Amino acid sequence: MADNVLVAGDEVDLDRRKFLTRATIATGAVGAGFAAVPFIASWQPSERARALGAPTELDISKIEPGQMTITVWRKQPIYVVRRTPDMVARLKGHDPALKDPSSDRSDQPAYARNLMRSRNAQYLVLIGTCTHLGCLPKQRFAADGELGPTWPGGFFCPCHGSRFDLAGRVFNGSPASVNLRVPPYQFSNQRTLVVGQDEKGAV
Amino acid sequence: MASRPEPAARTHSHPPAKGPDPAQGLMAWINKRLPVQEFIDSQLKGYYAPKNFNIWYFFGSLALLVLVMQLLTGIFLTMFYKPGELTAFDSVEFIMREVDWGWLIRYLHSTGASAFFIVVYLHMFRAFLYGSYKAPRELLWLVGMLVYLALMAEAFMGYVLPWGNMSFWGAQVIVNLFGTIPGIGPGLVEWIRGDYGIADATLDRFFALHVAFLPLALLLLVLLHLVAVRTTGSNNPDGIEIKEKVGPDGKPLDGIPFHPYYTVKDVVGVGVFLVLFAIIVFFVPTLGGLFLEAPNFEPANPLSTPEHIAPVWYFTPYYAILRAVPDQRMGALLMLLAVTLFLFLPWLDRSPVKSMRYRGWISRTALAVFAVSFVVLGYLGLQPAEGLFVILARIFTVLYFAFFLLMPFYTRIDAVKPVPERVVYHAH
Amino acid sequence: MRIDGCRTGMLAALLAAAVFAQGTAQAAEEAGSRLGADWQTWQANTDVSNIASLQRGARNFTNYCLGCHSLKYVRWSRMGADLAIPQPLFEKYLLPPGDKPLQYILTSMPAADAEAWFGKTPPDLSLMARARSKDYLYQFLKTFYIDPTRQTGANNLRLPTTAMPAVLSELEGLKRAVYRSVEKRSDDGRVTTEQEFDHFEQVVPGRLSTEEYDAFVRDTVNFLDYVGEPSQVARRSLGVWVVLFLLVFTWLAWLMKREYWKDVH
Repeated sequence: MADNVLVAGDEVDLDRRKFLTRATIATGAVGAGFAAVPFIASWQPSERARALGAPTELDISKIEPGQMTITVWRKQPIYVVRRTPDMVARLKGHDPALKDPSSDRSDQPAYARNLMRSRNAQYLVLIGTCTHLGCLPKQRFAADGELGPTWPGGFFCPCHGSRFDLAGRVFNGSPASVNLRVPPYQFSNQRTLVVGQDEKGAV
Repeated sequence: MASRPEPAARTHSHPPAKGPDPAQGLMAWINKRLPVQEFIDSQLKGYYAPKNFNIWYFFGSLALLVLVMQLLTGIFLTMFYKPGELTAFDSVEFIMREVDWGWLIRYLHSTGASAFFIVVYLHMFRAFLYGSYKAPRELLWLVGMLVYLALMAEAFMGYVLPWGNMSFWGAQVIVNLFGTIPGIGPGLVEWIRGDYGIADATLDRFFALHVAFLPLALLLLVLLHLVAVRTTGSNNPDGIEIKEKVGPDGKPLDGIPFHPYYTVKDVVGVGVFLVLFAIIVFFVPTLGGLFLEAPNFEPANPLSTPEHIAPVWYFTPYYAILRAVPDQRMGALLMLLAVTLFLFLPWLDRSPVKSMRYRGWISRTALAVFAVSFVVLGYLGLQPAEGLFVILARIFTVLYFAFFLLMPFYTRIDAVKPVPERVVYHAH
Repeated sequence: MRIDGCRTGMLAALLAAAVFAQGTAQAAEEAGSRLGADWQTWQANTDVSNIASLQRGARNFTNYCLGCHSLKYVRWSRMGADLAIPQPLFEKYLLPPGDKPLQYILTSMPAADAEAWFGKTPPDLSLMARARSKDYLYQFLKTFYIDPTRQTGANNLRLPTTAMPAVLSELEGLKRAVYRSVEKRSDDGRVTTEQEFDHFEQVVPGRLSTEEYDAFVRDTVNFLDYVGEPSQVARRSLGVWVVLFLLVFTWLAWLMKREYWKDVH
């Protein structure tokens, strides 16, 4: 009784078969790749998140000299410190104790890559997240010896003991390895700080 | 003597490899620990399916495709949807407008739900055409019916989730049906709802069932369904048991390896399906109110009933039967019966042959009448229950039930043509 | 524009004038045409990809509808981007003072007051084009007529006893409904005479001509259509590519299938 299937080799164009199989699989793979895009892209921050993550405005006229206030931008705490001239003076003289005194390895916009890590001496704007594992560092602005005789004032992170100076620069001996991050920011007028926006536009 | 060839001429069935091929080595390592190659060999290459499958045999693999699509799109929707009467409707619009590509994921899921039923109804119709529910495939049919029932529950609950006005009122009507059960009815309805009316509690529990429980149940039932078909082997358009004629190699003479012949053919089916599916998703996702109903673009309002309450199209045949009866309790009973009668098909059908090809004019007419009744009842279920529509609904309800209840008689007296020894196959 | 007691008073005054002006109203009607007789067949015929129309519609909505109706699912900035309106123009001409571009489009009318004045809160319109259809909206905005028996002084053919006043009458003018007697036979053989709407009669002209008002309504309905589903234009254009790709894939798959099935006899 004749078989119903052909012996392979007779009249079978193997090359065509291989080509068509590969072409179909390749096209299918391309299609699958395109099909994956909407699903993966849907995880991007939604329009609502982007709207809520728009630049934050803060009225800085209320901050007393020597004081810090905390605001929020993109779900992160933003530290805004109004430094006194004394606090600015205490930024000098301890470079050897810092891991990254010139902020070469740290994350800040170009206008914050300086001694004061800010646009002007008076206002320091930092992302208040320890660059070790993310806790909120506490303010220890006074040079009163609480954190040792050479403590010039700055921030102390309670979780694992990282220390930062009054420009957010990290001290040797801290588990954190880079300085506190500076977000993009600008002053829209004398009394208004806008976090999340600078000359390049909104982030 | 011709022997059965290995497909695509080649060879990769046996390790060990000839040279140090790391892929072969890896496969060998895996295969010693999990039966991967064994599975491919026995379930795909080693499974011989009848060679005379026709267009009606695409819908099983398509149903599986739609199931996977619904699971994928459903999981992604769950990432953004917020259950709860205060947030559900807004969260759906959030998905449609503010989640990148959210609108596409939503339409894929809503179109997929309707596509699931189109495919499943056609899949079931094949069983009617070729007697695929008859012995030894009764359990295959019953498990399939359980899949259908689970699918109906899944679709019903899914429709409530957007919490539009039709979601609310559709849920109200269907849940109220349980109130017709004598004695326990009213208490049961309150228990299902979790409140004195369709409410937040109802929505939240439907969400849990729709997202977690029923998908698991569906997966298990589908797995069982596949095991059942593997156990008995597939039926075919001639209704012949191909295992009864085997060749010297022990394989059915009228069978061909599922892989590559049916894997390759099913890919074409998938392609055609996706073209039609994409046309709907991208150009007419509401399909004029059949797939996404207009009243559901308004939030649920317990104080305002939509002008015409109708379930989504795939439930409308049963809805028409429900409304055809002037008594609520009897209507609900009849509707239940309309669904459950399917379960008895293997025993109602007394024909000595499986396939319509070899049955007489009585069976063919009965099936045609049934198919027409199902479609017409579906149409009637979408119309208001007035005037001529009511009369027609009653007529076609009678025809619908006649198909099942008279089946033991007309299948026995019907003429029968001689069934061939070997399947009828035309090369294509 | 505020709907309040002052406006209703003005409307009442206009009504009085209209009643006396009936005799001279025929100027608005061409001989032989019955305005609005076929209103149920009217179609919006709008094209949601027509950006200029959408821009006009946005302007119309902001000026005439935003006083009572919100579009709470739409952000100003999204609407501005989709309608290709440059940010400065958009902030100057569309954005209400005090609103920020990223905010949702909300009406300033307090819901509680609205319910007290109209009997029901003016619904949010984000999805109205999808819930009712754009033809419905078109017919709704064009079939307001004078009805002295109602508190708002107006009624509507598409939505009888609507709580909404004829807010566009300043543009459209005022029209009244003319009825004809129709005999109806009930099921038990009794014959009754009923009044059925026949056509409109323009009583007081508005600031816009008939064609201008029609264009106004179409632009507004077009805008509401866009608002109902902002992604629809992208959806359709992407669909063309997807279907083409799938056709190519299916064709290749079919060739592959045919090749393999040569084995089978």
